[in-house]
Amino acid sequence: MKAWAQFFEMGGYAFYVWGSFGVALLLMAVEVVLLRRRRRRVLLQQSDRAPKMKVFKENETTT
Amino acid sequence: MARRKINWYKYTSPASFYPLAGKVIPFFAALAAVLLVVGLYLGFFVAPKDAVQGEAYRIIYIHVPAAWMAMFMYLLLAVYAALGLAFNARIWAMMAAAIAPTGAMFAFISLWTGALWGKPMWGTWWVWDARLTSTLILFFLYLGFISLQSAIEETRRADRAGALLAIVGAINVPIIYFSVQWWNTLHQGATLRLGRSASIAPVMLAALLIMIAAVWMYSIAVTLMRVRNIILERERHAPWVGELAGEVK
Repeated sequence: MKAWAQFFEMGGYAFYVWGSFGVALLLMAVEVVLLRRRRRRVLLQQSDRAPKMKVFKENETTT
Repeated sequence: MARRKINWYKYTSPASFYPLAGKVIPFFAALAAVLLVVGLYLGFFVAPKDAVQGEAYRIIYIHVPAAWMAMFMYLLLAVYAALGLAFNARIWAMMAAAIAPTGAMFAFISLWTGALWGKPMWGTWWVWDARLTSTLILFFLYLGFISLQSAIEETRRADRAGALLAIVGAINVPIIYFSVQWWNTLHQGATLRLGRSASIAPVMLAALLIMIAAVWMYSIAVTLMRVRNIILERERHAPWVGELAGEVK
């Protein structure tokens, strides 16, 4: 337990060391999440396209 | 003897590059994860603390890989942009566009970790010296490339304008690299230099090299993920993209 506490203290440089690694790893993780979301969004838009065009056409004929 | 001929040219077509990229992404992602764990383990638990800088020196294990990646990705960006200008295959400009955001992120990480390292060691977050200033310019070049591309509606013109900026900006990379040799600076000299033995202990060097490899593998995986998204967006009218839409639930 004590060894871990000492480890996280980083000899008094905890803020600088964990601030560096924390932000870097967080950004890298966020990038992957954003890319996955973007992919889902693009593919969903793609599958939405066909039915939407149909609806548009139907409206057109009623007016 | 029959020579098996692979038609490499085929892979400059987005439709055939897309599935190829999809196949290799898991491999690079897994490699990145393993190397990251090993590199962090070596860097934090095996490598001893620095005689002068104490535990704070461990920031090197993220700072140097990020800075290298930011510089190298910019050169790649310029090369892909130039290929896009020279040849008429769309994939080159797509690759350039896919590299930029990750390069910008690593440029930011190198500035951020540099500030957090500078504060305890130099007593300041920032100085306007050659190395730091040229790295800041690198970050702005990435942002400039990204915003220039997104500001121009027509894809081809956006690619061309971005490519010019990317190529002209490449002059900044050697300036960053040699800045610690050319000018007096607060920044310490290079830890690793081509053609010289490293100025650190072997286990520290191993941890650093493994972290560099990890960041490399991560960058390849993420860039391929992004180029796949770009292909889907730009080729959305192609029939093969329409068929893919069934993939997502």
